[in-house]
Amino acid sequence: MTESLRQHIIQGLDKNIRLDGRKKDDYRKVWIEYNVSNSAEGSARVHCGPTDILAGVKMGIEKPYDDTPDRGNLMVNAELIPMSNPEFEVGPPSDWSIEVARITDRGIRESKALEQKTLCIKAGESVWSVMVDVIPVNDAGNLLDMAGLGALAALGVSKYPGKKENGKVDYEKHTDKKLQLACKPIPVTVWKIGKHLVVDPLTEEEKVAEARLTITTIEDGTIVALQKGGETPLTVEEIDEMVGMAIGVAKTLRALLE
Amino acid sequence: MAYTKRFDGRAIDDTRPITAKVGVVPRADGSAMFQIGNTTAIAAVYGPREMHPKFMQNPRGGVLRCNYNMMPFSGHGDRVRPGQNRRAKEISRVMENALRPVVDLSAFPNAVVDVFVELSQTDAGTRCAGITAAAMALADAGIDMKDLVAAVAVGFVDDRVVADLNYNEEHYNDYSDNPDKDRPVADIPVAVLPGSGLISLLQMDGEVKREHLKEALELGRHVAKKIYEIQKKALKARYME
Amino acid sequence: MTDQLLVKDKDVVVPGETLATGMAFLPTKGTYRDGDRIVAGKIGLVSVEGKVIKLVPLADPYIPKVGDVVVGEVNDVMFSGWRLGLRGPYSAVMNVKDATSDFIGRGVDLTQYFALGDYVFCKIVNVTSQKLIDATMRGQGLRKLIGGRLIQVNPAKVPRIIGREGTMSSMIQQATKTEIVIGQNGVIWVNGEPGLETVAVNAIKMVEDNAHKSGLTQTIKKWLDEQVGGAR
Repeated sequence: MTESLRQHIIQGLDKNIRLDGRKKDDYRKVWIEYNVSNSAEGSARVHCGPTDILAGVKMGIEKPYDDTPDRGNLMVNAELIPMSNPEFEVGPPSDWSIEVARITDRGIRESKALEQKTLCIKAGESVWSVMVDVIPVNDAGNLLDMAGLGALAALGVSKYPGKKENGKVDYEKHTDKKLQLACKPIPVTVWKIGKHLVVDPLTEEEKVAEARLTITTIEDGTIVALQKGGETPLTVEEIDEMVGMAIGVAKTLRALLE
Repeated sequence: MAYTKRFDGRAIDDTRPITAKVGVVPRADGSAMFQIGNTTAIAAVYGPREMHPKFMQNPRGGVLRCNYNMMPFSGHGDRVRPGQNRRAKEISRVMENALRPVVDLSAFPNAVVDVFVELSQTDAGTRCAGITAAAMALADAGIDMKDLVAAVAVGFVDDRVVADLNYNEEHYNDYSDNPDKDRPVADIPVAVLPGSGLISLLQMDGEVKREHLKEALELGRHVAKKIYEIQKKALKARYME
Repeated sequence: MTDQLLVKDKDVVVPGETLATGMAFLPTKGTYRDGDRIVAGKIGLVSVEGKVIKLVPLADPYIPKVGDVVVGEVNDVMFSGWRLGLRGPYSAVMNVKDATSDFIGRGVDLTQYFALGDYVFCKIVNVTSQKLIDATMRGQGLRKLIGGRLIQVNPAKVPRIIGREGTMSSMIQQATKTEIVIGQNGVIWVNGEPGLETVAVNAIKMVEDNAHKSGLTQTIKKWLDEQVGGAR
């Protein structure tokens, strides 16, 4: 359906000019608002140009899994609600929303940003569970990177709720104790269109791209998660170039976090 | 001792602080945000567009379809599991009924106008905030409408009529230290067509006497007028500098 | 009640707002009479001409009409024609005989004329009560649009983007050396040199966002000069 648009986009990229006038490695302006939802233990709203996503953290008390009796549980979910994009539908999660959630989850989990042992209340009996939900309000491209940034921003300002004597959560009380983050894993996705590599895609660019690679890195540049998408294979040289781009962008995005 | 002074010091016909903004979802055909206290509703309108599934099409005119959803972190207690539940379905239907009387879709046979309402934080009054935001979003989308719709919850707390109950008032008996506080709270969400004063949403949880109901509805109409002024201002603000 | 006008020319009004009272004023499209009131039926700008109260919509969904010229995108290739998406609730069908004067025999691959995703500038020739739509390519200026991209604006803003006798759109075209084809369905095709095409798109969006303001031609002219001045 989009071959004509694809050719048009590539003609621009040949001159390093994108549909909105940006260069291939330009990112739109990103800004973050914190604590936008009183009901959450922590929340953030991340804007990337007109793309606008909400991330919120709820905490609960659960029994730990048998194989990790002293670790709290982490769950990351993405709800791609039909409000944000006319192509999203009401109903069970789409493959795309599962992938967005899994990529966001993997970066936080594999970097051990959230030290799950600090969530232990009593080994084998009760632990804190941390549930992160990422929800776009307006999807104008680049959900993947913004989901990761939003989740991290919300986790960074989350505070433990109170605890009742019977061991249940007291949501009426908020403590001053913050969730501890050991590092800041930032996912950056590089998209391949023709022979060109771009970051922070527009909706049209996402549609015509033949491959993408999400590279999650921490402060020292270590890669903590990778995910290739799209049906077109990549060369080792391309992958190396993509990683270089991602590390650069991640530094800029990380600096925006509180 | 009755409920003479409200928990947050408001007068009986006072709402919590309100913020309204139109045009908050650029991809949608129309959109609006309505915040009242710590309840925030975002509404986005898509359409008229092609109706799926096809068997839901109406050859005589367009269909108005609402979808109410609480974001998982927006609940007062535990995380709200995503996806449709019975409560969300019911609220979606009563929202449609509240808005339908003002909306004219006769020029759009077989089409649908989708209204998505999302709550990002809640502290009671969510369906009313949702309807109020949705009416602004429909107007912003250029839909033919006879009027806007403004909604607010009114009710009785310990026999006192009040407007725009918050969570603590809805759960008065858990929060009050009044010794003889066992009268159930009446929580009555109403939606009003401001031009005619007609009521297009009416529900109640609790107990109320006939004469008290009338008093509550009058208060609802009075407060809805104030909310209508805020809706008007927000819609016009989009075209003012 | 006495006849009273409650709004001024160019006021922004919203649904349900009373525009005038008394029986002397006349409602027109977008407004309605309720007892002795004239009330706004959608968001728009008021225009008062004597006793006639008009409402110029600020947003308006597209309703297909015979004679409209629209920009469509080929969604489906059928036995004897194509289905064109118009970015609204309804799609149009263009029959082979309305698309070309070539003789096309049975079983010929129609994608050699129009393939999926191709853009066309066509005219609506028939609309049924249930909004089944026939379109044609026969007519002046109607054509297949090769290359370029589509953008979408609110159909209510189309007259402003075209401008009086086409002044606005030709000013943008000339300044940016970009081809612009405007459909009444609010779909606009633009095709130009990469950077300049973006300037044209931004100019169109500026007109859309400020369509209710006066002196817009001068504002856009000045802005275009700033944007493309260096390139000249």
